[in-house]
Amino acid sequence: MSAPSRRAGVSGLRGTGSAPVLERGLIVYKRNWIVVISGFFEPLLYLLAMGYGLGGLVGQVPGPGGAPIDYPAYIAPALLATSAMNGAIFDSTWNVFFKLRFARLYEAMLQTSLGPVDVALGEILMALLRGLLYAVGFMGVVAALGLVTSWWALAMIPVALLIAFGFAALGMAATSFAKSFQHMDVITFVLLPMFLFSSTLYPVSVFPEVIQWIVKALPLWHGIELMRQLAVGHLSWVSLGHAAYFVAMALLGIAMTARRLRALFLR
Amino acid sequence: MPERHTAPFVAAGPVISARGLSKVYGELRAVDGIDFDIAPGESFGLLGPNGAGKSTTMRMLGGTLGRTGGELTVAGLDPEQEGPTVRAHLGVVPQQDNLDDELSVRDNLYIYGRYFGLPRGYLKDKIPQLLEFAQLTDKAKSKVDDLSGGMKRRLTIARSLINEPSVLLLDEPTTGLDPQARHTLWDKLFRLKEVGVTLVVTTHFMDEAEQLCDRLIVVDHGRIKAEGSPRGLIAEHSTREVVEVRFGADRNAELAPRIRDLAERIEVLPDRLLLYSDHGETVLEALAARDLHPVTSLVRRSSLEDVFLRLTGRSLVD
Repeated sequence: MSAPSRRAGVSGLRGTGSAPVLERGLIVYKRNWIVVISGFFEPLLYLLAMGYGLGGLVGQVPGPGGAPIDYPAYIAPALLATSAMNGAIFDSTWNVFFKLRFARLYEAMLQTSLGPVDVALGEILMALLRGLLYAVGFMGVVAALGLVTSWWALAMIPVALLIAFGFAALGMAATSFAKSFQHMDVITFVLLPMFLFSSTLYPVSVFPEVIQWIVKALPLWHGIELMRQLAVGHLSWVSLGHAAYFVAMALLGIAMTARRLRALFLR
Repeated sequence: MPERHTAPFVAAGPVISARGLSKVYGELRAVDGIDFDIAPGESFGLLGPNGAGKSTTMRMLGGTLGRTGGELTVAGLDPEQEGPTVRAHLGVVPQQDNLDDELSVRDNLYIYGRYFGLPRGYLKDKIPQLLEFAQLTDKAKSKVDDLSGGMKRRLTIARSLINEPSVLLLDEPTTGLDPQARHTLWDKLFRLKEVGVTLVVTTHFMDEAEQLCDRLIVVDHGRIKAEGSPRGLIAEHSTREVVEVRFGADRNAELAPRIRDLAERIEVLPDRLLLYSDHGETVLEALAARDLHPVTSLVRRSSLEDVFLRLTGRSLVD
């Protein structure tokens, strides 16, 4: 027998590729399109209820760069960022958790020529696709309502993807640690306050400075700021900084997910 | 049986070979240095109780679990290094069905084929053949949840054949099925064996091992206790016949010493005594001659259960 110090590990991490994982996702979407579409209505309802309901009381607010903008135009970019986040988070956390612990889908996938990296990348891409779908749909509505005033707004779609990528990668890494529904509730516990406080519905400047720093450390605020700047075409080095935050987040998420692959798939 | 479109993996030597294979989890030696070779077309069994290391071994064969020590080749490759390539030769039937609940019966076969990178045109022809093989043609559009346990199992086996594997890994293939469904499944597996598919079966059912396996290893605590054909193992480790007698739970142990000389060997179980002898009726007559009258008595042929009892001192199914 060989030395007991031999490092056990599976190294065949790539196989057929991620395309079949995406193909499966699309078949499931086709069968459950109502569920998929429903996620698109959530930010739309917020926009109508808050933007036009609350907006009637608020009137105009200072936008990026200081020029006043209508309240619906103020929150629409924030809701787009949130929408991209929600789409990506839902697929990369709850769906992954369910498939992992209950449906044993990944176990079945790994009986085939798929490698764990194929599966992980396929699932992240699927989450991105959902984020993209929501972003494009919401963007269409926002444009139709005349809430964007710059051609830079076209860049909001790829930025929505970048935001989705960051959340999907980190969400999947976090999910790989979750063992029970209680663990998964932590994700909801983090997401809801983040949505409420990240200058989504009012500027972050209303908070005491300490809270402001906490909010500014969290990812959604960066996504919302960047979206808002794109919507009115007020770009600066700061915008680039916000984008860099998500690039870093995506890279960190992928690195963590890759490290967790064996724990996730090859237990 | 679906026709083969591709040649099975042909090797001069064994299709699977393990040397000193081991898997250690902390203090637990789940698989503790086992050696075996499986020839192409052979039907090979791993027989042992739950926790003997059978499923762990199966997962190492499929390359979804690394080993702690030893050597392992499947289809000439190291599954740990080249899992996806090795699995292209394998069909895997896991202990618990892991069918895709979100897809129809037909789509389960389709997407599983796609996971292997098989072209759509090939799958279009292959899927109806497999549905027919699994007797699920009229269930093609059903949801997986609507299938019975036996149907799910047949679908899992049909699914494992989508890539025309040269080796089929079956982990407890009939656990949880009713007798009729088990026989249907065994029939399917026989037909696969006939066309040259190598079967690797883990089971804790003796009758299953006797039905399906040309050769088997008896595993306990991660080690091989014996190896041979079912018949050979029985001949080697047991007598031709076994007499089972029950004197009532409190008297079995008490009477055992008084009748030990009547058989080659005696086993005292909580509910009965097993007397091993080549001539069962003679033993029964001798009991009667000593004025011992068991509540029930039975003469039967030795089975792998007896082999297991002999080798490990424990019965296989608790």
